[in-house]
Amino acid sequence: MPLSEDAMSDDEATLETTPLDSLHRELGAKMVPFAGYAMPVQYADGILKEHRHVRAAAGLFDVSHMGQVRIPGAGAAEALERLVPGDIQGLEAGRMRYTQFTDETAGILDDLMVTRLEDGLFLVVNAGNKAADIALLQAGMSGFEIDYQGDRTLLALQGPAAAEVLARMAPEAATMPFMSARAITVDGIEAFASRSGYTGEDGYEISCAGGDGERLARRLLAEPEVAPIGLGARDSLRLEAGLCLHGHDIDPSTTPIEAGLAWSISKRRREAGGYPGDAVVRRQLADGPPRRRVGLLPDGRQPAREHTAITDSEGIVIGEVTSGGFGPSLEGPLAMGYVAAGHTAADTEVGLVVRGKSLPARVAKMPFVPQRYYRG
Amino acid sequence: MSVIKFTEDHEWLAIDGDVATCGITVYAQEQLGDVVFVDLPDVGQSFATGDEAAVVESVKAAAEVYAPIAGEIVEVNSTVAENPATVNEDAQGGGWFFKLRIADAGELDGLMDQAAYDAFVEGLE
Repeated sequence: MPLSEDAMSDDEATLETTPLDSLHRELGAKMVPFAGYAMPVQYADGILKEHRHVRAAAGLFDVSHMGQVRIPGAGAAEALERLVPGDIQGLEAGRMRYTQFTDETAGILDDLMVTRLEDGLFLVVNAGNKAADIALLQAGMSGFEIDYQGDRTLLALQGPAAAEVLARMAPEAATMPFMSARAITVDGIEAFASRSGYTGEDGYEISCAGGDGERLARRLLAEPEVAPIGLGARDSLRLEAGLCLHGHDIDPSTTPIEAGLAWSISKRRREAGGYPGDAVVRRQLADGPPRRRVGLLPDGRQPAREHTAITDSEGIVIGEVTSGGFGPSLEGPLAMGYVAAGHTAADTEVGLVVRGKSLPARVAKMPFVPQRYYRG
Repeated sequence: MSVIKFTEDHEWLAIDGDVATCGITVYAQEQLGDVVFVDLPDVGQSFATGDEAAVVESVKAAAEVYAPIAGEIVEVNSTVAENPATVNEDAQGGGWFFKLRIADAGELDGLMDQAAYDAFVEGLE
């Protein structure tokens, strides 16, 4: 069998590292290149065990490769709305929202989390797009300081035990509402935490100074419920949770409506527009999009991977898988992809063309595994 | 004790008379990670050297298993289809994939022995 060349190789020297690099190696991580960074794809336990651990207890992820950006200024919310369809002005200070950077065709340039601060905004964008995002912000929000905080650490603590664990050190974190953010202190380390994540579980993303990152990670890993989790399990967790990965499930060729992200666009923004591609979004909301992202459950055990063709029951191609694999909690294969309008209803029978054979599958509601966010 | 041979694609063969038992190496399963699916050939199928004979999938990736030599499938290991984790637990034992009747014993000379394979893997690290 040919082994994929994802292992670290000659270009290792050109990769950036996060402040936790030496800790990953000490913990036995298998490091791979990801978005220009050397990142842990898994630790000694492997993806299946790491995935299940997050669903059962709590996992710690290094997501310091993601772009953290502060934009000070009272008018930042209004200005950012020129670039995203999300309702940023409607956010109270300390609250956050998921949105997307769109282009003139409503194509998704990136997706991001936006937190409203007392004096501005805090953004977290994808690692692979951060240079482009920063350029977009600089061009689209002239007059505002775009403060890229490339030297900071970002950790995600995710799982049903996350709140109990963090509250031991930072009691103020215990009752933070879902999608809220605030300053906390963890064992003397000043941090900025949000109650959010990308696993479908309750949890936090915690930002701190790069120099404090390793100590904060070690402190959290010292709690008995917490295990280090790599990018492999991060991907299987978000897939089970039905969450999009930019560059795969969403990209400049897909719109927020096609992607099933209409929920992230408020009534005011649908009506008033004022962001790139607003006319396309309005038209697709009125007429329905030509295709839509759906969940897919293959019969049997065989996974269908990204780029697998999706056919109707007659064998006519109606779309393509954008993420697919095996769900360790689902204990079976799962996928998401785009299908043409008319084939999007749950339980629609489709075929997935894997290695020249048509694998029977059906359209399924997402998330595949129930989300368990904190609801107070 | 049967003779064990290896390919550069990380398949192993245990040769017993004119039948070779084939699987993927311990190194291969380590690289692949948790195996969640194995698709086996049918008994009676014939393969030329290098044909795709089976598929092994982990959580993160799919990989083809090639016929390391030409031959006809005489037996497949249903254990790995039913319990794919066997490939991780016992890759070069209970995690075998298929047995094939060797078409040309001369092909075996072109394969690596244990020492050569170990050196080959060493060179990949």
